[in-house]
Amino acid sequence: MWIPPKICRVRCALWILVGALVFILVLTPGEALSLNVHGFVDLRSGMRLQDDPSQRDAILNEARAQIDVTHYGPVALWKLRADAVWDEAAGEYEQDFERGYGILDLREANVLVTPLDFMDVKIGRQILTWGTGDLLFINDMFPKDWQSFFSGRDEEYLKAPSDAVFASMFFSWANVDVAYMPGFEHDRYISGERISYYNPMLGRRAGADDPLQVEQRRSWFAEDEVSVRLSRNIGSYEVAAYAYVGYWKNPVGFDVGSGRQTFPRLRTYGASVRGNAGPGLFHVEVGYYDSFEDRAGDDPLVPNSECRVLLGYEQELRRNLSAALQYYLEYMQDFSAYERSLPATQPQRDQDRHVLTLRLTQLAMNQNLTLSLFTYWSPSDADAYLRPLVEYKPTDELKLFVGANIFSGRDEHTFFGQFEDNTNVYAGVRYSY
Amino acid sequence: MNLNNTPGQYLLVAFIMLIVSTAAHAKTELSADEIVERANQISYYAGEDGRADVHMQIKSGDGVTRERKFTLLRKNEGEGKQKFYAYFRAPADVNQMAYLVWKNPDGDDDRWLWLPALNLKKRIAPGDKRTSFVGSDFLYEDVSGRSPALDEHVLVESTDSTYVIKNTPKDPAAVEFSRYIVYIDAETFLPTKAQYYDHSDNLYRRVSAVTIETIQGIPTVMESKAEDLQRESVTTNTFSNVEYNIGLNSRIFTERFLRRPPREVMK
Repeated sequence: MWIPPKICRVRCALWILVGALVFILVLTPGEALSLNVHGFVDLRSGMRLQDDPSQRDAILNEARAQIDVTHYGPVALWKLRADAVWDEAAGEYEQDFERGYGILDLREANVLVTPLDFMDVKIGRQILTWGTGDLLFINDMFPKDWQSFFSGRDEEYLKAPSDAVFASMFFSWANVDVAYMPGFEHDRYISGERISYYNPMLGRRAGADDPLQVEQRRSWFAEDEVSVRLSRNIGSYEVAAYAYVGYWKNPVGFDVGSGRQTFPRLRTYGASVRGNAGPGLFHVEVGYYDSFEDRAGDDPLVPNSECRVLLGYEQELRRNLSAALQYYLEYMQDFSAYERSLPATQPQRDQDRHVLTLRLTQLAMNQNLTLSLFTYWSPSDADAYLRPLVEYKPTDELKLFVGANIFSGRDEHTFFGQFEDNTNVYAGVRYSY
Repeated sequence: MNLNNTPGQYLLVAFIMLIVSTAAHAKTELSADEIVERANQISYYAGEDGRADVHMQIKSGDGVTRERKFTLLRKNEGEGKQKFYAYFRAPADVNQMAYLVWKNPDGDDDRWLWLPALNLKKRIAPGDKRTSFVGSDFLYEDVSGRSPALDEHVLVESTDSTYVIKNTPKDPAAVEFSRYIVYIDAETFLPTKAQYYDHSDNLYRRVSAVTIETIQGIPTVMESKAEDLQRESVTTNTFSNVEYNIGLNSRIFTERFLRRPPREVMK
């Protein structure tokens, strides 16, 4: 069984303390403008539709209760949003706030203040998002929870929280946002304990018996991250430029000495524009991933630098039916150096990875019934991932839903193809209060 | 009659009579387009800015009642442009969501939805304005205003108290109605009732002002009702804490105040 390292326990204790403190402050009577308490109870169960030799059939058997407390005070806005979770199908039960395991999933515990007229600062645990993509990310280098996304939790759980200081400055020429994460916030990546994956060291699909061995980056302030965005409106077009200094968010590197996967260093730069075009809405986003530990591209243990491009268009096809199409490209630099240095045992990727996505959303019954389908399809990887979902709200409080995560691929090592044995269907109910 | 009246006094009386008759004459002489334009101004552009708390009750044909509660801020930006900020409180699953609209009377509106759980400003694609607003019997266009330029207006009846205007869409394929009749109060110019007829000329939809009060000198609808006569669904909007000219700053209608709701929606 995996034992959390000591520093992880220290962080757990720290967060329980911070959470308790915020809770006390939130509930302290003062000249509050408003105290807002809400939440939900969510029960859901998901199972695999095929045998996975390395996993149970159950992929999710979860009861989740969220409390969301917001306190609008005269000088600060306090926020605490936490989930109590019991998941019978979880691979790990030990409390870990970074990976989202255990009985307490702390989503937000933060305070927002306005130290200067042109500046807001939010400090603490928070969900961070930017960029223009729909379930595709280029310049959003904030942590994602792929495990939740693939196993049938609500779509919002794709965004994992960050422990950060987020400063926003509002100038006449542009808005400047700076996010500083003192500790590296990696993705909640797929490591095998619930969802099977392609293990490059074993050269095959692996599951609970062969968890991914990862060299963690845990030293606060030494292994930190910074994300910056400049944004403004030009007419009704939203234009933004981005930069990030940190690490690859998934353990895509390898250290021969320890035999573990690593998070190589990374800088990214990018830009985006979004606005109305004809009868619809378009967005364009580009990014350059500077994998500067391997500028020449000839180190097989560190990914090469990449250019990434995203084009999107969304339009209402008819009343209550909308469609959104995206094209996404990952272009690897120094591809010939990559080919030359790749060990013979490793599957080779293409220079270009193309992905197309299509989102269809149909509303019916006075918007109380939602039928949606999100499809990823990569013609270059020859794999696909489908996310159909039906949601029905019989009353304001109650929501019933059934959905699926369907993976398909020609090869067992491609991004979506590796998850083929995890294809699952799930259903559940949520009561909001 | 006092025989001591001076010619000047006769002149004054004649002048007053002239004004009164001109004014009376002017009432009947307003064109349909002018009446509709004044009604549009008083309904959607009153004051420089304003706020209101809105409580929506949707009673559907199957007997289920659903509720929406939100605070609405509005600011006029000139040339018919406006900015709206709606901060949702109920139902619970949309609590703290915010909806931002930059209305362009000559084209598509720019619209964003703030999703607090994702900390995400989601841009909404331009859509059919005749779709339901938040699942109610009101349509998006009822809330933001239908551009008068989209219809031909004919004054079919004019009494001392009411103008009756028939509106026919210039592009019938773009809308679900063939015509609608609006009753406009001749004194306040507030529309009190609108009846919509489908392409088979059946009355299928009615929107009406139930209660009108004068707030800061501005006649204001305090309760309105939208009825879907085919599905037997009724939505009632009750407005409270209505204020005009509160000095809203334009910057409230930006991303900063989606992340951090402004004081004006919290009071």
